[in-house]
Amino acid sequence: MSAVLVIAEHRGGVVRPVTREIVAAALAVREGLGARVEVAIIGARPDVLVPALSLEGVDELLLVPAPIEEFQPECYAAIGAALIAARRPRLVLIPHSVDGISYAPAIGATGSHGYASDVFALRCDGEDLVATRSAYREKVRVELDFPGRETVVLTVRPGSFPPASRPGGVPATTLEVPVGPMNSEHRGYIEPDAGGDVDVGAAEFLLAVGRGIGDRATAEEAAMLAGRMGATLACSRPVVDAGWLPKSRQIGQSGRTATNCRLYLALGISGAVQHLAGMKHVETIIAVNRDPDAAIFGVARVGVVADAAELVAELRALFP
Amino acid sequence: MRILVCVKQVLNLDDEFELRADGLDVDRDYCDRDLNEWDDYALEEALRIRERGGGDIEVVAATVGAEDATAELRKCLAKGADRGVRVWDERLQDCDGMMIAHVLAALVRREQPALVLTGVQGADHGQAQTGVALAALLAWPRAAVVRALEFSADAGEALVRRELEGGLEECVRIRCPAVLTIQVGINTPRYASLRGITQAAGRSVDTPALAELAIDGAAIAAARAARVRRMYVPPRPRPRMIEGRAGEQAAALAALIRDIRGGPR
Ligand SMILES: Cc1cc2nc3c(=O)[nH]c(=O)nc-3n(C[C@H](O)[C@H](O)[C@H](O)COP(=O)(O)OP(=O)(O)OC[C@H]3O[C@@H](n4cnc5c(N)ncnc54)[C@H](O)[C@@H]3O)c2cc1C
Repeated sequence: MSAVLVIAEHRGGVVRPVTREIVAAALAVREGLGARVEVAIIGARPDVLVPALSLEGVDELLLVPAPIEEFQPECYAAIGAALIAARRPRLVLIPHSVDGISYAPAIGATGSHGYASDVFALRCDGEDLVATRSAYREKVRVELDFPGRETVVLTVRPGSFPPASRPGGVPATTLEVPVGPMNSEHRGYIEPDAGGDVDVGAAEFLLAVGRGIGDRATAEEAAMLAGRMGATLACSRPVVDAGWLPKSRQIGQSGRTATNCRLYLALGISGAVQHLAGMKHVETIIAVNRDPDAAIFGVARVGVVADAAELVAELRALFP
Repeated sequence: MRILVCVKQVLNLDDEFELRADGLDVDRDYCDRDLNEWDDYALEEALRIRERGGGDIEVVAATVGAEDATAELRKCLAKGADRGVRVWDERLQDCDGMMIAHVLAALVRREQPALVLTGVQGADHGQAQTGVALAALLAWPRAAVVRALEFSADAGEALVRRELEGGLEECVRIRCPAVLTIQVGINTPRYASLRGITQAAGRSVDTPALAELAIDGAAIAAARAARVRRMYVPPRPRPRMIEGRAGEQAAALAALIRDIRGGPR
């Protein structure tokens, strides 16, 4: 029987939630592929993570002890390749996370497997596996297949499958896999600056500015407007990279999550997946964008096609 | 010593774009072209290493792309890259990241750089695969999503900080030569000076043929990791739109916000 192999992601001894999402993705396609679901845990103490990954529907946990403290890209790539050689899975699923993109392409390239990244939908069409991803700032979708490939390696977009959550008894097998040379070494983590000037995660009303705000001066006007409206100012990443606002204001994958937010007013933000990761759950999203087809409108409840700077100026007159 | 920076010309869709007749990609007539944002930061990082190093460091910008990608190499030259290399062949038409990685691997073997920098991902397809695939094909050390970099040519290593989720960063020591994929925000890319632009316009770009790089065209074609079945514009759930002139839109928006937040209208 063929298999879907999931490679678990963990950090600091804790399974990252995205792992359960890709387990769910594996469970969703197993029937179409007629495949078992195997979840590999790679690390110094894989056994410790068994309880967290004993999920209903998973057929086997593959425990692979490795001489690493935390994630190491060459080690994960070597073990992934060895597991493919040993188990010949039809499909390998890896999170499209920072660690996932650090080794998944290596497995695809050296093994000449089918490969696609940031996939958010998956189906079987007869014998073919069809993966869907998006392109050009989320404006189009692309369906891909993998003719002639025995194994297909995919990285799966976080947030695209509801996590598998029901516990189940899953047998675990320990596999000894030789790991080749490792040329990089984990030297510790640096926690994000907890202080910052504000906690955007706690705010109920966020006014967030993106690159479309245009320049620093307009960003400052938006800050003033936020104050008058009773909103907390937030932003997308390019605004931080440009030095217009501090990192503590950034919403998204590599920034903060708008955890308590109920109203999110997005000005000049395109709606990239890494930004949406921090805010698409918000109950009421109002998006202002010059481009009527901007992806942000896909998650908004109310949309305004307008020039952000002009709208800020008009709004300032209305919130004296 | 040499630093190779791999850059890409990316397409930005116009507001009104069309798909190609075969439905497999967008029609290039409806696109602007630009240097990939992430690669601009990678180039800047290489230029800074050269400037800090003082010694004999050459920065080479390389791209896999058709003739119009030369414009992006000229931008790199205008900003200070020492040399530009562009590789192209008809068999690379519609190539994916894996195919590009194979070509770049051959180029790296020829150029023998001490460090390869490239962007985390392309702004057009966001595949985030070429740099790490390249490292794997070379069997070189690698680190992805690098947001701080201290390169020591003498020690043959680099200290990097990788940007993880939620603002967490990981410190990594890595042996060189290595491939590092660079995250936006690692630096502030410079603008090209007028003088730089004028000089770059007159410089030639090296365009080796696949055979000169000992690349087998058939092998490259076989490296394609996925086939596009179709591209389509997804149906978008349209939110309620506030129409009108800016003043009217602002008034409606202000009323809506006061409604939701409570308080005087
Ligand atoms: C590993 C990784 C992590 C990342 N983490 C994050 C993260 O945490 N947070 C984050 O935000 N991004 C993150 N990104 C970056 C992300 O991919 C996008 O590049 C970014 O979100 C884009 O920000 P933006 O929407 O402000 O800019 P753009 O994508 O450039 O969009 C600008 C928008 O403004 C509109 N616009 C332009 N002019 C005007 C005008 N005058 N008036 C109104 N609208 C206008 C445009 O139509 C466009 O839609 C990450 C990327 C990577 C690879």
